[in-house]
Amino acid sequence: MIQRPDWHKFSPPLILVSREICQVSNPNAPATDAALKAAQDKLDAHVRETIEWHFNPATGCPFWLERAKSLGFDPRKAVQTYDDLKKFPSFEDEWLRGGPISRWIPQGLQGKGVYVFETGGTTGIPKSRMQIDDWKTDYENFSDTLPDDKFPKGSNWLMLGPSGPRRLRLAVEHLAQHRGGICFCVDLDPRWVVKLIKRGNMKEMEAYRDHVIDQALTILSAGHDIRCMFTTPKLLEALAQKLFDKGSSIKETGITGIFSGGTEFTPQWYRFAMEELLCDPNNPESGPVFMTPTYGNTLMGLACGKPFDPADNYKITYFAPQPRAVIEVVEFKDYNTLVPYGGTGRVKLTTLTKETFIPGFMERDEGEREKPIARYPWDGISGTRPFHEFAKSTTVGVY
Amino acid sequence: MIDIPVLRWGKPYDSMEKQEVVHFETGEPVARVSQANGAMVKMDRRFAQRARDALRQFSIDQLLEMMGKAGDLYLNATLPIGNGTQTPADFCRMQSATTGLPEHMAAFNMRKNHFVLTHMREILEALTRGLPFDILSKGFGKENRGVMLSYQANSPVLGLVLPSNSPGVHTLWLPAIALQIGLVLKPGSQEIWTPYRMTEAFYQAGIPREAISLYPGGHDVGPAVMEACDRSMIFGGQATIEKYAGNPRVQVHGPGFSKILLGDDIVDDWRKYLDIMVDSIFLNGGRGCINASSIWASRHTAEIADAIAQRIGSVAPLPMTDPKASLAAFTVKGQAEGVSAQIDEGCQESGVTEVTAKYRNGPRLVQHERCDFLRPTIIHATSPEPTLTRAEYMFPFGVVVECPQDKMIAEIGPTLVCTALTHDAKWKQKLLDATNIDRLNLGEVKTLQLNWLQPHEGNIIDFLFRNRAVQTEAPLAH
Repeated sequence: MIQRPDWHKFSPPLILVSREICQVSNPNAPATDAALKAAQDKLDAHVRETIEWHFNPATGCPFWLERAKSLGFDPRKAVQTYDDLKKFPSFEDEWLRGGPISRWIPQGLQGKGVYVFETGGTTGIPKSRMQIDDWKTDYENFSDTLPDDKFPKGSNWLMLGPSGPRRLRLAVEHLAQHRGGICFCVDLDPRWVVKLIKRGNMKEMEAYRDHVIDQALTILSAGHDIRCMFTTPKLLEALAQKLFDKGSSIKETGITGIFSGGTEFTPQWYRFAMEELLCDPNNPESGPVFMTPTYGNTLMGLACGKPFDPADNYKITYFAPQPRAVIEVVEFKDYNTLVPYGGTGRVKLTTLTKETFIPGFMERDEGEREKPIARYPWDGISGTRPFHEFAKSTTVGVY
Repeated sequence: MIDIPVLRWGKPYDSMEKQEVVHFETGEPVARVSQANGAMVKMDRRFAQRARDALRQFSIDQLLEMMGKAGDLYLNATLPIGNGTQTPADFCRMQSATTGLPEHMAAFNMRKNHFVLTHMREILEALTRGLPFDILSKGFGKENRGVMLSYQANSPVLGLVLPSNSPGVHTLWLPAIALQIGLVLKPGSQEIWTPYRMTEAFYQAGIPREAISLYPGGHDVGPAVMEACDRSMIFGGQATIEKYAGNPRVQVHGPGFSKILLGDDIVDDWRKYLDIMVDSIFLNGGRGCINASSIWASRHTAEIADAIAQRIGSVAPLPMTDPKASLAAFTVKGQAEGVSAQIDEGCQESGVTEVTAKYRNGPRLVQHERCDFLRPTIIHATSPEPTLTRAEYMFPFGVVVECPQDKMIAEIGPTLVCTALTHDAKWKQKLLDATNIDRLNLGEVKTLQLNWLQPHEGNIIDFLFRNRAVQTEAPLAH
């Protein structure tokens, strides 16, 4: 009889982005050796459990069980640490395109309600990831990193970002509910925006953007006590400008906390937003609305930003939600070698959840490797931007 | 190295994102330029009216005096730039270093800008047809013959998305300040020099700082300038022209496809006009939209092509500091190679011959480590059909096209500057009626010889102001 691993027995302590970590006295201090070792030990243990789950015929998904036959090694024996994941060949993102999506559903989770979230997809078949509860877990963990005075519990949210097949819309709504609030949403189809830009139809693109912003303004003016918001840098700019034109500001709407993200969230943009977009021109001394940067996608979940420190001069450093996902900054020519701290490399993502195992997915971004800190005792990344070899053909910051 | 800030209505803004502008031959940084973003442009748009208000504190007459002073300062003075200073010689050296234009051509463009600034009064008088300047300032008034007129500014500011490779275009926006219209400039990434030096000259001459913004930056800044300003000019290729065609808020400046047409009545004396043809193709590195890209005649075309080729075919690249240097460098990797390949491909078509090849003693494409050059190229085409007859490239390139006179106007297509050499009155009238020709030279005028008292690609007065009605009393009963 095949024995199923009891995932629930070990999962709670392995979620490292927890309130416990957020409460370290100086979150930005360098991580101690003890904290580093503890984090590494937990990651290695998490890897072993994840591999056991995904390659056990009773619990694994058809894709990995089939792939295991051609690996040339038995992952359940050969992979004992995170470093052992290098034994897997490169993960090809084409595997995520097309069906059947059921090949990714672990046997151990059969019968549960499945969501499909897509990424890309302006042309051709999008990459998709099936999820059951991961999106909720990711955002519940992320919730623990949000300061309650800026994102008050029980207050309502505005989700002003891409909707449709992306998980953001549902995830932000869940985040609001998890924090005791209600989420108001505005539709936005980024694939249509990309098409308009590629056609050079900027006027239509501007009209669509205005249509989206008008809806946001209507919601904000409707007396729903919205205090928290997710939006993208481009939409934040457009919302702020529209409010300024009306003699108001984001601050004046009552919003006290914003999270935003993407490769457009550069240090200069962060500074510009904090110094200008998020201030109230009628009351400049009151300071900006709080905003925290995030970096994430459907595969990873949400990487949190290092807590704001004036000494960082708006430098943004992200830390993956380890051990559920791990980010490495690797050499452009050798994806199995980390760059030195401060060095530049491509982003390599490993997803290690009960629902999804993706070892060594090469992201379309690059950045600089950063040292661990007390709150996040594992490697971080700063300066995220489109991978230079793809940058010319990538349309970024469209919504 | 000089650090150059963004200027937001005159206030320097030191961005955390900077771009190094490098010497095109050595790769050494020449300046570090703060980068704006589109949101910044849109944020500052709210103060556009303040720019016009600041300029309207002065009369147009006072501003014209300041323009003249600014022209002298621009040409002769040591002026601030970022955290450093710049002499006129520095300016030429820096502009040459980042754009690939020989230094003496940079100096020529300085003199051209100086001429326009110091003759701005005559230029505005000509472009307004003698309108009292007060009418533009106040918005209405009576002209000398007692008729009430109103001119309303279409926008408090003029936006400019400027090119990286053509320092000659700046004369087009210089009248704005004198017309009490503020400036929102997005300089080209390699040619930041003229906008910054001109702005500093304006400031030193007394123009209010809050009248001008300068936003060097990335891909989102140009569209933001166009969105933020109710009137703007953009410089670009054919795709840019097509994109903004018919948009009344935008004046597009792109390829000129300028030409010289020889009438049947004078073509047998073509040798007499050889200097006009050679200079129109060759001067200023052949880079401008006002350089001729083709010569049209009904006969002697092979001889004309050969004579031009003999004059310029042997010209080779020289150091940028050499006063005889007549070719500008291509600083974008692969661009010259691509152009040369296109020409070779075009020469495969029937009836097309490159005439310069036999006078050049070497290949057209001269490749250096960090830049390339294209040596003068003259093509002969026995009809208007081949693709190359409609080509324009940024180096001395011209096609001599054989075409019957009665078909020329229809065949030449859009033409920014057309020099027609003819005494044929009927044909002259047809040329005057041809709407595909913008500037028409009827006589022995090189295509580059622009009279600034005449409008260029549209009258800037008509672009910036709307002639509408204002009545202060009831008209006579009728």
